[in-house]
Amino acid sequence: MKLHEMTADELGERLASGEVSAVEVTEAHFARIDEVEESVGAFLTLTRDSALEQARQVDDRRGGGEDPGPLAGVPIAIKDVLCTRGIPTTCGSKMIESFRPPYDATTVRLCRDAGMPMVGKTNMDEFAMGSSTENSAFKVTRNPWDLDRVPGGSSGGSAAAVAAGEAPVALGSDTGGSIRQPASLCGLSGLKPTYGRVSRYGLVAYASSLDQVGPLAKNVRDCALVMNVLAGRDHRDATSADVEAPDYVTALTGDVSGLRAGVPGELMGEGIDPAVKTTIEAAIGELEELGMAVEQVTMPHVDFSLPVYYLIATAEAASNLARFDGVRYGHRTEEPVDDVYDLFAQSRAEGFGPEVRLRIMLGTYALSAGYYEAYYGQAQKVRTLIKQDFDAAFEDHDVLLSPTSPTVAFGIGEKADDPLQMKLADICTIPVNLAGIPALNVPCGMADGMPVGLQIMGRPFAEDTIMRVGDAYQRATDWHTRRAEL
Amino acid sequence: MPEVSREVVEQIATLARLALSEEEIDRLQQEMGRILEHGDSLQEVDTSDIEGTSHVIPMTNVYREDEVGESLTPEEVVANAPDAAEEFFRVPRTVDE
Repeated sequence: MKLHEMTADELGERLASGEVSAVEVTEAHFARIDEVEESVGAFLTLTRDSALEQARQVDDRRGGGEDPGPLAGVPIAIKDVLCTRGIPTTCGSKMIESFRPPYDATTVRLCRDAGMPMVGKTNMDEFAMGSSTENSAFKVTRNPWDLDRVPGGSSGGSAAAVAAGEAPVALGSDTGGSIRQPASLCGLSGLKPTYGRVSRYGLVAYASSLDQVGPLAKNVRDCALVMNVLAGRDHRDATSADVEAPDYVTALTGDVSGLRAGVPGELMGEGIDPAVKTTIEAAIGELEELGMAVEQVTMPHVDFSLPVYYLIATAEAASNLARFDGVRYGHRTEEPVDDVYDLFAQSRAEGFGPEVRLRIMLGTYALSAGYYEAYYGQAQKVRTLIKQDFDAAFEDHDVLLSPTSPTVAFGIGEKADDPLQMKLADICTIPVNLAGIPALNVPCGMADGMPVGLQIMGRPFAEDTIMRVGDAYQRATDWHTRRAEL
Repeated sequence: MPEVSREVVEQIATLARLALSEEEIDRLQQEMGRILEHGDSLQEVDTSDIEGTSHVIPMTNVYREDEVGESLTPEEVVANAPDAAEEFFRVPRTVDE
């Protein structure tokens, strides 16, 4: 097997035994990038020199007898929504095309401290708003399984990079499905942690009550390895939880017998493509054979998730994106302006793309006097009801199961002109963010020649349980070992 | 819910600090209307005794010691500014003479 085809776990073992050096592993991934990046388009920035420098440092430490940890020398790709000191962080937007952060996001620093050479920054929907990466202001990213289809979004660049072998693992962010849906569409494992499990410091905010950072990888074991690096309290993020993180790798026992799973009927309904549904049912059958007890559950308020999400996420986005004013950083208009109001309004209109402008407008509307109670206030209350549905379901069930995406990857341009249709891509993933719980995508079959993903949802801070289920599934099946041919 | 009128779109754009073209106002009027119509389904949900969720994971106030630490230099702070002079951000005149 070639180095760029290996998992992070496999690479880590070979690095620890001295079979390969970190420089060799990093060079192998850049060789792969040279080979396929032109057709995939996963990256906005490549950081070859600094990655090789990081790799050399890891090799020096190992050469000096140190054990720099299980992921030292394993390369990683970082979504361009996470601040990287001195390295462009654009969020896929012209608004901050020239931005060079003066600091690292906590998650970026943790990966650096773990000795993971950063190969580059990955493409994304502008400010993480979208489900296909087509909203990037800079380029189209293609699905390595079929270059005429989207990789999903908004972490589409991270997903495409891993699926194409350009990096063994990547970081993404997930506000309404932006890690799990692209993982599903590209045949990867991807985890959205519990809200508060991972620091958001240095993550450019989209919707602060929903955003989380997490890994995309070739299997669940690699997700667990990366979560061992990421999880924990950060004094720079007051919403990060003071809850001890277990060792996620040793939690992968392979034993799921006796675990109880619920399948919400609301997430297996009409909107789900029949071929996807059949594949998911087969995967659920497989988990039953592994000893899990499965039954149907009903979560009536989950049907309202999409409008609740659209009111809450856009309201938070309108507030968060107010900081882009053309004064302290980012795009400033070159048109003559009369006053500072014109400077703001003109700079913002030029810097933001159409989807971002739409969401800022919706959010401003939802928060404005006269509409606040009817829209934002009501959405916050229905969010409580959705959360209560999950709490009730988790009283009798350890995990909940559903498709991750209602369809396999769609064609580039197919849904780009229909924002409402595009938003339906997230119907199974959005409820998870509203409830703040963790959820994992694992590949579980193929339909129309493209990967299908199973979503495994868990109780707050039960990342270990859902990864145990996903890993047990991967021990029994080989869907996760299939690779896109490029 | 009231229909999203052109005047409302213009008013919201002012609040949002977005200078919109005529075509853009047309587009946003249509798309906002469609999405908010979808949001109207929430009005049928009975939430009379329900508190809104502001924070999804139970959490009490978070305190920490106020300690002197490292911070950015003034040069770093203004390094990304489109227009800066020394340690200041430069903007058009904000007060009349």
